[in-house]
This record gives sequence, C-alpha cells and structure tokens, in this order.
Amino acid sequence: MSIRSQSEAFDHQGPGDKAVGLTPRGAWNAFMMLLTREILRFGRIWVQTVLPPMIMTALYFVVFGHLIGPRIGVIDGVPYIQYLVPGLILMSVITQSYANSVSSFFGAKFARHVEELLVSPMPNWLIIVGYVAGGVARGLTVGGAVTLVALLFAELSVHSVLNLFGVALMTSILFALGGLINAVYATHFDHISIVPTFVLTPLTYLGGVFYSINMLSEFWQQASLYNPVLYIINGFRYAMLGISDVPVWSTYAILAVGILLAYLYALRLFRKGIGLRG
Amino acid sequence: MSNAVEIYELEKTYEGGTRALKGIELSIAEGDFFALLGPNGAGKSTTIGILCSLVNKTHGTVRVFGHDLDRDRAWVKSQIGVVPQEFNFNQFEPVEEVVINQGGFYGMTRKAAKKRAHELLKQLGLYDKREGMARALSGGMKRRLMIARALVHSPRMLILDEPTAGVDIELRRGMWDFLTQINKQGTTIILTTHYLEEAEALCRNIAIINEGRIVEHSSMRNLLAKLSQETFVLYAREPVESLPEMPVVGSRLIDDETIEVDLTRGQELTGVFDVLRGHGIVIERMKNKTNRLEELFLRLVQDDDEATANEQTGDRA
Repeated sequence: MSIRSQSEAFDHQGPGDKAVGLTPRGAWNAFMMLLTREILRFGRIWVQTVLPPMIMTALYFVVFGHLIGPRIGVIDGVPYIQYLVPGLILMSVITQSYANSVSSFFGAKFARHVEELLVSPMPNWLIIVGYVAGGVARGLTVGGAVTLVALLFAELSVHSVLNLFGVALMTSILFALGGLINAVYATHFDHISIVPTFVLTPLTYLGGVFYSINMLSEFWQQASLYNPVLYIINGFRYAMLGISDVPVWSTYAILAVGILLAYLYALRLFRKGIGLRG
Repeated sequence: MSNAVEIYELEKTYEGGTRALKGIELSIAEGDFFALLGPNGAGKSTTIGILCSLVNKTHGTVRVFGHDLDRDRAWVKSQIGVVPQEFNFNQFEPVEEVVINQGGFYGMTRKAAKKRAHELLKQLGLYDKREGMARALSGGMKRRLMIARALVHSPRMLILDEPTAGVDIELRRGMWDFLTQINKQGTTIILTTHYLEEAEALCRNIAIINEGRIVEHSSMRNLLAKLSQETFVLYAREPVESLPEMPVVGSRLIDDETIEVDLTRGQELTGVFDVLRGHGIVIERMKNKTNRLEELFLRLVQDDDEATANEQTGDRA
C-alpha cells in the first residue's frame, strides 16, 4: 500500500491531541468492503438463500391462493390471493434479513474470522451497520424475487410507493439487527435457529399474513394487537393495497422504536464485547 | 528511540476467576524484534490479545506508539497487524479476497488493497494460489496468508503469535528471512514462540512470562550472557563410584560412567581433568551439553515456580 492510500484511510491526528481511527472516506471504504463481502456470500449460495423462499411462496400461492382462496372469497374488498401478496413478500423480507445477519455473524464468530473486524479500526457502530446492510440487501433481494413469483399468480398493485419502500426497508433493518443480536449471544448452531423457529415464525404467522384480525373473535383481536409483526405486515399491506387493520403511523412507530432499541442494544453488546472479546 | 509498546500494571482476570495476568510491566522499543516467551498458559496470548483489542483488560495501562489504548483505540488498531496462533480467516473465500477484505476493513479502497495484496502474495509465494479457495492451502501456506493479511495496511507493528507452529524447517527459514527483512524496513515485531531457537535467531530483546508475571525482561545478548555457565558431559572409561571435589560450580554423577560439570567463565576444564586423573578417573570423551536459551528459559521458569511455591507456603505459615 502506498503512503498516500494509508493517509487517506487514517486520521493520525484528530481535534486536539486525540488520535482517531478511520477518516470518513476510510469508514466508507470499510463499510463497502463489508457490504460487498456479505452480498457475495449470500450470492454464492443463492440455492440456499434466494431460491427456497421463492419456491415456498409459489407453494403458498398454489395452496392458499388457488386451492383454498376461492372458498374464502374476498377480504376487505380484495380477492384472497391478492390479499396474501403483501404478507408473503414481507414474511420473506423478515426471515431473510434475520437469517442473513444471524448466520453470517455467527459463522464469522464460529470460524473466528470476526477477529478480522475486531482488530481493525472499524468502530463498533460501523461493524453493526455493515452487517445490517448485508441483511437488508438479502431481505430486499429475496423480497424482490418473491414479488416476481407473486406476479405469476396474482395481480399486483401499489397504493403508495413511498410507504412500500419505507416499510420494507425499515422492516429489514429491524430484523437484521435482531439477527445480529441473536448471533452475538449464540454459542452453538442450535442457538441461531431457536428464535426464528419459536419466536419469529409464530409471530409472523399470527401477524396477519394470511388473514385480517377482523375475522377473529374479540379476544383474539385484542391479543393480536400485542404482536408487533401485525403492525408491520399491515403497514406493508396498506402500501400495496390501501387496506390495513391498524393505522399506518403505528407501523412506523413500532419500526422506529424497534430499530432504535435494537441498535442501541447491539452497540452495547459490541462495546462490552459480550460474546466477542475475552 | 521511542517505545512502540508500554505496559503498566496489566492485569486480566477471566470470568470464572482465572488470573491470567498479575501486573505485567513491559516496554518494547520502536523497531525492535521482540520475543515474548513462556510456557503454555503463562499469559502470552492474553497479553497479545489485549494489545490487539481481542481481550478486555481488567486493570492497567497500555500505550502503543505513545497513545493510550483506551483513549485512542481505533488509532492504535490502525498501527497494528496481527498474525494469530490459529487460522482465523474465512476458509470459503478466495485467497486474495481474504487479504483485500482486510485492507478494506482498515479503510483502503478495493483498488489499493488489491494492489498491495498482490505485492504481498508475491513476496510470500502465494500469488499463484490467489484465486483458489483459502481452505485448499496447506498449513504453511495458510500461515503465510495470515502474514500477508496482517501486513496489507502496512502496520508499524506486527504481532505474531506462534507464527511458525506446524511449519516445516525450510518454510520456517523462509519466513524468518521475510520477517527479518520487514523488521529492517522499520516494522516493530513482537513474536511469541515455542521455538526458542527462533527467538534466539530473530529477536534482539526478550521477555519471559510465567504464571501471569514477567520473570525476565532484557536484551537477548544480556540474557545469553547469563549463560556464562556451561555444562559439559564427560564419559569415564571405567565406572565411577563417587565424585571428588572439583574446582567448578557444580558437578554430578548422571550414571556410573557419565559426569556432568558446570563451569562459569574463568574456570577451566584442565583443572577438572587434573582432579579426576588424581582420583584415577580417566575421561574417554566429552561433549558440550546444549545449554543456551532453552536451559535458561527452563531455569527461570523453574526458579519462578519455586519462588511462588515458597510465597504460598509462607502465606500459609
């Protein structure tokens, strides 16, 4: 490396006498390197990462949309197969964003190449942002692929483009952060599947992917309101179809508060080195 | 010359209560080739882990090139390259990507990191393997890959934790030459090794650590000067029943035909032969017992263990 490239990357002297690490340009280079590595990683194993959600979504459309859907008829004035689309897309975004962070970061911990990052001058926040960006990239890539599959079965409509991208992006950020926190705590491979299996899947399935809570009894309607995923899926459904069981502002409130809390918690874990440093 | 590393009262107690470091004091000059020796579990890797920010210290101060580790951690990290004891790169990535990625994490552009990675891979004999998967490399090649990765951002200090473990003799010599070369170019090198020959061949200064304490910290030359005491093994023609008094520091009968004598500087073997001949003991042949760093290391560690045992006995009393 030339002296020039090093001086661009590091600030040897910051304000006062405090020496700082990466320059903003160096931080950007580090972020892009981490993001590129994450995208290449899930891209190399696309048969495991991108293809299965596409097949699963196709099966959902065949079984629930074509075989069972006609018996259900319409929900909130929308044919059932079309009603399913936003939930199935967002379900893929949720699971894939989470899966990418948890598997990639735990894999790095397990093989110890997370140390490449821990010894580098990358600040903790930048490592978190890099992994979350990787999760977002996979979540949105798979979300896009599932949308293409949905086009084969149902007519797609977009009620609000801004809300569509806003909710999808914030959802993937939140669940990528969740996956990262899970990976920090995980010490065995079993630990990275516990939350997706026993928490994420039930919350998603009971979060209104396949039905409106108005179809439930009063008790279960009230109980469903305690499920944060309900707000997220309904916000996305509003963006696509213009219908929702909850106000759209509540979707953004849940996502914004969730992201803030999850980020601060992840930052605390990294600062203390829990599960990372001896 | 300023110090590359200054460590004061460094302590580390792991969860569960294991005290790995018990107040280490250490200084390493800039440009030095420094050896940190010690038996397994002595605290070498913990000390290095703290320097590299992979281990949180419990107490003490660490300064690197004059900057406090706690205060200027990111800057300190940018000055250090690390070659750990165990392979810790993604084995499922192409060889060159392992090095390029690390350059990126130190803020380099992909273009600059790739150029530097290729230079290093050429120097370390891995250029032809650059597009293959890292897992396909042999053990020695993986070690060299970790050295290339550690040097990608041109650090001022390189830390190597057992870099030649499992590497064959020819490759080891090649790595020694490479490390000597980059040290001559100004990179401070800290080395932990089990191969005492390696420390003796490469390092100018040395610290020996045992049970979390520094038991010796001096130049290699001064340390080896302590070996003014040499041990010779003498083989008698006939069985020897007992040893006469001899003008040496120490003598012992190993078996009925083998005698060991310890001589300090100024003492001569002729005096030993004279006494033995006077008692009818004829020496048929002799050899100089291997008696350099390894023996000194064992002696220092043993002395420290005994001192610790005595302290504990004193405490109980």
